[in-house]
Amino acid sequence: MWEYTDKVQQHFLNPHNVGEIDKPSGTGDVGSLACGDALKLTLKIDSDDIITDAKFKTFGCASAIASSSVLTQMVVGMSVDEAAKITNQDIADALGGLPKEKMHCSVMGREALEAAIADYRGLVLPMAEGEVVCECFGVTDLEIIRTIKESSLRSVEEITNFTKAGGGCGKCEDKLRELLQKTVSTTAELPVVKVKSKRMTSLQKIKKIEEVLEREIRPGLRKDGGDIELVDVDGDFVIVSLRGACKSCHKSQTTIKEYVEKKLRELVLESLIVEEEI
Amino acid sequence: MTTVNEKVIYMDNNATSMVAPEVVEAMMPYLTEAYGNPSSMHTFGGQVGAAVKTARQKVATLLGAEPEEITFTSCGTESDSSAILSALRTYPEKRHVITTRVEHPAVKSLCENLETVTGHKYKVTRLKVDSEGMLDMAEYEEALTEDTAIVSVMWANNETGVIFPVEEMARMARQRGILFHTDAVQAVGKIPINLKELDFDFLSLSGHKLHAPKGVGVLYIKRGTLFVPFLTGGHQETGRRGGTENVASIIGLGRACDLAAEKMAEENGRVKMLRDKLEEGLLSRIPKSMLNGHKESRLPNTANISFEYVEGEAILLHMNRHRICASSGSACTSGSLEPSHVLRAMGVPFTAAHGSIRFSLSVYNTEEEVDFVVEKMPDIIESLRNMSPFWKG
Repeated sequence: MWEYTDKVQQHFLNPHNVGEIDKPSGTGDVGSLACGDALKLTLKIDSDDIITDAKFKTFGCASAIASSSVLTQMVVGMSVDEAAKITNQDIADALGGLPKEKMHCSVMGREALEAAIADYRGLVLPMAEGEVVCECFGVTDLEIIRTIKESSLRSVEEITNFTKAGGGCGKCEDKLRELLQKTVSTTAELPVVKVKSKRMTSLQKIKKIEEVLEREIRPGLRKDGGDIELVDVDGDFVIVSLRGACKSCHKSQTTIKEYVEKKLRELVLESLIVEEEI
Repeated sequence: MTTVNEKVIYMDNNATSMVAPEVVEAMMPYLTEAYGNPSSMHTFGGQVGAAVKTARQKVATLLGAEPEEITFTSCGTESDSSAILSALRTYPEKRHVITTRVEHPAVKSLCENLETVTGHKYKVTRLKVDSEGMLDMAEYEEALTEDTAIVSVMWANNETGVIFPVEEMARMARQRGILFHTDAVQAVGKIPINLKELDFDFLSLSGHKLHAPKGVGVLYIKRGTLFVPFLTGGHQETGRRGGTENVASIIGLGRACDLAAEKMAEENGRVKMLRDKLEEGLLSRIPKSMLNGHKESRLPNTANISFEYVEGEAILLHMNRHRICASSGSACTSGSLEPSHVLRAMGVPFTAAHGSIRFSLSVYNTEEEVDFVVEKMPDIIESLRNMSPFWKG
């Protein structure tokens, strides 16, 4: 059973603004029956560009219905420009959060809003013009790239949770990984080649950790007159000892957590915890 | 006085079932004073060993088997894995397995991951089903080859209740010297079984589906069928399954098998009648609803019904408000993004697969409960349909 917040349950059991506006100023129609969720959002917008009414019709699970309901409440009273700035995270936040596997429901809300605004402004949605990457759910590269940036996604699994891409046959996984790498490197953030937690023997783990220490970590420390030694590996705990200048450095804890642990998690195993020998 | 909606209306017995009060009673001494180890030399442990022996006899009686053919395990999944992997180890030169597209994950996942598990490549034939969930026997016959190590086909489907002709399938396998395993987790206790007359080499069952507790299962191994243990350890279960016996649960399962035999007629009489009443009530009162699975060749307790244009999780959560418990084959309830592999294999359209609800009854259900569900469901479906952009009702 999903753990839904009280807010989600309230909006699901007593949804607000169900229906369709007669002669709407803008309509957003997203999702499909095959996908398992769909949302039709209709907006009434006055001559001052203020959204005066919003209604929805949704096919989907509790979080899809709750996302739609809360979205209609959020946008009424906003100017179109303000509404255009609403992100999927805003929708999820308004519900007090969503289970991570259900984040795509908030993304569907944002997409419908965007489509309705584009319809009102007489624009073509750029997202629909991209190249379809996930054929099971009809998700384009442009949608995926945008969601990666907006929600700071860092793994293929997260892409699936947010956009559903890759959640069907799984054939597009490599393509998703590629998009993730490309997108994140152009936005110049942390590297994303996360090593999936997989089973490793202790020996493999130790070897790999030694390798990474030697290749990636020691050169940097040595430049500053320090060094590091691997003391022990116990399950996910990696015990190290800092040497030379590092030993007396007041930033040693930061070095271990922010630098050594991060690197080892990235290149060896995500679950590793690095600690200094006491 | 309690009214019907003050307690849970439990129609999810294919997921798990209530532990029968008689079963709890039978187990209690073995959770309290009689804590001895059945393998011990002293009388204190020995009496527990005698009780395990009686339980084994009871299970054998329900199945029409010999006590020596019964091995207690921890669950249905363990039994399935033990049977299939034993067959592959017994015939290492054979590299072909036959199963179906609608198996429970316990068998399905294992067959999909045989290379990872065994280190050898296997060809796996996954038999198709038609729109009613039935197999094509010609396809099956063609699939049986000299290279086939084992056939593993479920007796009754957990989602639709559809019953496969496993008796005939086992006979065909045996004629060709091929081992046959059936996952009978859903069938045991619901339909009469007499293994003496059947050609099964292995059969799996799970305690918690027939009113025994979770954490106990059985693997039936036909006398004369070679077996390589899955869990190697002590000499328990005549060396077929190491590990100290889950005594209390085994005793509970024995009692549950007694009860199942006693209630077999009720299951196929009163429970079936309740199921039919529920099914007819829902199908006639709710437009655009349909039954999934073969109407006749089906367990007496299961009804899988699709309500088009609405989504299963939303239906279940509304039912939950009325304390009605059931399951759905929708994508959202599984945590995956695709609807049930069983319904997809049957070619159930997406409009219906997402809105499928499985009702699975037991001898503990009453007519009052069925009436209550039939009364509540139309409003639930209608309110969700009024919200659905696809509903043009």
